Amino acid sequence: MASRRPLDLSRIGESKLLFPIVALVLILLFDLIFEPGFFAMETVDGHLFGNLIDIPRNGATIMLLALGMTLVIATGGIDLSVGAVMAISASVAAILIHPDLQPLTRDPNATATPLPIVLLVTLAVATLCGLWNGLLVAYGNIQPMVATLILMIAGRGIAQLLTEGVRVQIFYEPYAFLGNGWVILPVSLFVVAAVYLGAWFGTRRTSLGLFIESVGINSRASFYSGIGEKQVKLVAYMFCGFCAGMAGLVASSNIRTSDANNIGLDFELDAILAVVIGGTSLAGGRFSLMASLVGALVIQAITTSMYAAGVPANALLAIKGTVVIIVILVFSAQVRDWVRARTSARPAPT
Amino acid sequence: MITSLRARAVRYRRFAPLAATITLFCLAYAYGAVVYEGMRDPQVFLNLFRASPFLLISAIGMTFVILSGGIDLSVGGVVALTTVASAALLRSGGMDPWLVMALMIVMGAVFGVTMGFFITYLRVQPFIATLAGMWVARGLSFWISDDAIPIDSRLYTVLGQTKILIPGLADPVTKIGPFISIPVVTELVVLLVAIFVAQYTRFGRTVYAIGGNEQSARLMGLPVNRTKMLVYTINGLCSALAGIALSVDVSSGHGLYATGLELTAIGAVVIGGTLLTGGVGYVVGTLFGVLIIGVIQTLIQFNGQLSSWWTPIVVGALTLAFIGIQSALAARKARPTAGRRMPQPARLGDPTLQEDVP
Amino acid sequence: MSDAGTLLEMQGIDKAFPGVQALSGVDFSLAAGEIHAIVGENGAGKSTLIKVLTGAEHRDAGRIELGGQEISARSPQHAESLGIATVYQEVNLCPNLSLAENVLIGRAPRRWGRIDWRTMNRRATEILLTLDIDVDVTQPLATYSVAIQQMAAIARALEIASVRVLILDEPTSSLDAHETEQLFGVMRKLRADGIAVVFITHFLEQVYVVADRITVLRHGRLVGTYPTASLPKYELVKKMLGRELTELDDVSRIRTVGGAVEVGTTRLVADDLGRTGSVEPFDIELRAGEVVGLAGLLGSGRTEVAALLFGIDRPDGGTLSVDGVPVKDHSPIGSIRRGVALCPEDRKAEGIVEDLTVRENLILAVQARRGWLRRLSRRQQEAIADDYIRRLDIATPSSEQPVRTLSGGNQQKVILARWLATDPEVLILDEPTRGIDIGAKAEVQRLVLELAEGGKSCLFISSELDEVLRTSDRIAVMRDREKVTEFAGDVDESSIMQVMAGGDGGE
Repeated sequence: MASRRPLDLSRIGESKLLFPIVALVLILLFDLIFEPGFFAMETVDGHLFGNLIDIPRNGATIMLLALGMTLVIATGGIDLSVGAVMAISASVAAILIHPDLQPLTRDPNATATPLPIVLLVTLAVATLCGLWNGLLVAYGNIQPMVATLILMIAGRGIAQLLTEGVRVQIFYEPYAFLGNGWVILPVSLFVVAAVYLGAWFGTRRTSLGLFIESVGINSRASFYSGIGEKQVKLVAYMFCGFCAGMAGLVASSNIRTSDANNIGLDFELDAILAVVIGGTSLAGGRFSLMASLVGALVIQAITTSMYAAGVPANALLAIKGTVVIIVILVFSAQVRDWVRARTSARPAPT
Repeated sequence: MITSLRARAVRYRRFAPLAATITLFCLAYAYGAVVYEGMRDPQVFLNLFRASPFLLISAIGMTFVILSGGIDLSVGGVVALTTVASAALLRSGGMDPWLVMALMIVMGAVFGVTMGFFITYLRVQPFIATLAGMWVARGLSFWISDDAIPIDSRLYTVLGQTKILIPGLADPVTKIGPFISIPVVTELVVLLVAIFVAQYTRFGRTVYAIGGNEQSARLMGLPVNRTKMLVYTINGLCSALAGIALSVDVSSGHGLYATGLELTAIGAVVIGGTLLTGGVGYVVGTLFGVLIIGVIQTLIQFNGQLSSWWTPIVVGALTLAFIGIQSALAARKARPTAGRRMPQPARLGDPTLQEDVP
Repeated sequence: MSDAGTLLEMQGIDKAFPGVQALSGVDFSLAAGEIHAIVGENGAGKSTLIKVLTGAEHRDAGRIELGGQEISARSPQHAESLGIATVYQEVNLCPNLSLAENVLIGRAPRRWGRIDWRTMNRRATEILLTLDIDVDVTQPLATYSVAIQQMAAIARALEIASVRVLILDEPTSSLDAHETEQLFGVMRKLRADGIAVVFITHFLEQVYVVADRITVLRHGRLVGTYPTASLPKYELVKKMLGRELTELDDVSRIRTVGGAVEVGTTRLVADDLGRTGSVEPFDIELRAGEVVGLAGLLGSGRTEVAALLFGIDRPDGGTLSVDGVPVKDHSPIGSIRRGVALCPEDRKAEGIVEDLTVRENLILAVQARRGWLRRLSRRQQEAIADDYIRRLDIATPSSEQPVRTLSGGNQQKVILARWLATDPEVLILDEPTRGIDIGAKAEVQRLVLELAEGGKSCLFISSELDEVLRTSDRIAVMRDREKVTEFAGDVDESSIMQVMAGGDGGE
């Protein structure tokens, strides 16, 4: 009666991982057929190089953003400010390392603040940005799109202000390790893995994940059941801010610069798209962190494949737009209803 | 006497946000005029209109979209695409510039219709649909050309450079004095047309109705779907027109133009007193929203010490302030849910509420 | 009542939704120039009948004739063009537009292609004056009271040429006495103009003030149509709540009221607890080992009482104490921690979290009480879920089914299980047997009695009088948002119904 079949084929169809993995496989197939040599890998200085490594490496920032964005979207909200928070984080790190903004010496060992403090403070600031968003949404009752739009607009200005408009070059080598270092695999991938594991533990090994999903699906019923909706949303937005901070660190460490104008520009859109490809509904509810990561890889794979195919960088945007349209059609409610009417279980008779 | 004043105040209460915006503008301008001598030159005021005709035209289109309860993130992309496409078409030396402009407007409308279709009939969230539109538009502009393309057209130059002197203020003999340009005239015409449409046409009033309560509007028999499609189409058209104004102004086209235009336009609309949730607001408010942004920029320029990044921060802060006030007022107006009320009759056509509320 | 003859005739209307037969074989007729009330408790079918008439739903069987011609409205707009207009409780207008515009939008007068505001305002003022409403039509609708908004909705309905039937769905719920009188004035005027007014309401006294005839529905069937003058209120209530013959009639009560019952400690005390606009201050005591029933008609305030006791709503005055300790934080989580549970009335909005599985729905409150850190292991969750699936006989292939795939009745059981799983000392059940089959109804009632035997305290809210009688040791009766009285000891149905009707049993 109350049986649980461990491997239920229809469940695979319902799993959120199906679509992004299929998409990724299709893209890689396309590469296999049309771009011989796409999968070539070589070892240089003990580091693995190749397109297959590039995709996750370059996609690390989007993967980080997607993790945080997943939780926010699962509560039924959205965070448009993550790109701006990336910029703010990069600026904070830069001024902590080089308060002079344009240091006279280019000593790779010189930093005004020890690296652990830099990381701590930067992540704290980013989390505070998330807290700000969360307070506006959960306690101020402002629509998430509107509330996070504010920080999106003002955030870049703040980032610029912090560095007084200077694109601060960071010479401190240990900082660059985050985005450029290798331990067989790029360090940034380990960062992603660490954040993912932390998120997974935080949501699935506690009941926070269940509460987030419950709030996203039916917040009133969740209220009746004793779940603290406001606290749950606050946590989600704070985590999103944290992830944006981490992404900002990785990105700026990668280019060894804090570029308040360009870091994270339009990244929020990529993050949202990654989450959507990963199957989390924009209306909130069930989420899958792993599927969002794969979704981010899909986006990055498209970019990398296009580069390999020789498509000019800027035409990429049009391709991305087309992908969005396809994804929209696939996930459009009309299409889904049609599919669901064909395949899902009928309500059991009383 | 006092009671009739109070009665008047209540009567015109709905104009309060607009009044606040206009007051803010006047105060800011007055402050600048007092502190900076250079700001007293009437040309500075006129330059508020000259500086970004494309912003006002975009913001006007955006006003209609937001009034209907939606949003359009594609405007910057369409503007950029318009500039590049125009420049490319003109470069080949062949096409008549008037034809080019007409084609651009058609293109803008096509963009709008497509997004409108996705939003209205496929029920895609406006945010996502117009985001996709933005990507496609910008992508197309880069596909046409990676670099900026200069525009070499006599018509464009004439349109951009002609100074229209203000009668009464300028000296007709020496042709020196306060002036405006043709794009400014265009934006003012668009503004007047928009005000008329919003207040005096069926379409305009339906837009307001949809923004107020889309479901009620449907039940009242209003042509909701048609109007929504039209709103996005018109906005696409405005974006194209704004693109033309921009290309006339800078005599070139590039995919990087108008980045972040959508945010500034939304900010202008909100500061102008329009509710982001839709249904409430005036087109003329958007004008003042744009003017305020212009004044802020002007003040920062005249100050000379504040870096120009203060502009987006101040705009962001202002937008937040206005949204915050809007939310607070809305929360106060909503009656406290006095316990639970009667079980509501299920909404028409809501299949999920079928079972036990017969 | 005018003698214009039958205007609208509905015959043999059937309508079924998945899992429930909303209407079966209902007849309904309307005469021109009459005010006709439709009454019935929850689940009676009033709302569905109107939806079928106006085309919001399509009937499964039956015939509708208007003015002798068979009609079949495809949609509410179509119904309007046929002459049937509806004004809903939640006024379906646009709050941001002006009053005048709400009345006339879509048909606004125009001059030279542009909307003529002056004429529109003038026309709207005129229309409202015919309804005896004199207001400034240029203000946004939202600035007006619900009463005026309803008048605007009625005015809009009347503006449609040739309205012959005007349906008012619960129009007086948000009106005060004066506004209600105004509305009645308008209704009488319309009646005099030959329009048939359908008045759906749960306020029985109002029915007696203004209606010519009353149609009573119960559980999707027609009980009867009666001239108001010939049906005293007590009789009306009896018809609304009339018992069906069910197999439960034989089930004798396990415990006798007021008999040798060992009443345990007092668990929950409400002293003068009330909330403005929701329910008048009331007292109630819930003791261990006791079932207290809460009876009353729709709208009498029963659910509001539950909301106050469980912490959904904050009281304006009075005190609430659980186990002797006064309650300071009124919230669901606070109540759960204090050992109080509420199985809510509206399972769709307040109960099921539809995309979550049966298991997750079931353990939700238990988990909420433990907090987010102390997660129940998967095994523990499955154990609890399996236990209650078995105990309540929930029909589901597995506990991993999304709860939305279950039938309504089984969903109800899942919600009940959710609250039983918290092992509360005080369990409040609001309409727990709604939408459940006969067998399950009996089970639930037996479960309630078992709980009481086990020393729990129950508040059993139901509009099914027989259920209340069968399970309760004491019965409190609500009327018009007020707790009127409490019965202990042997009591029969008619006494309760008399109190619900208004005490004196007359009109």
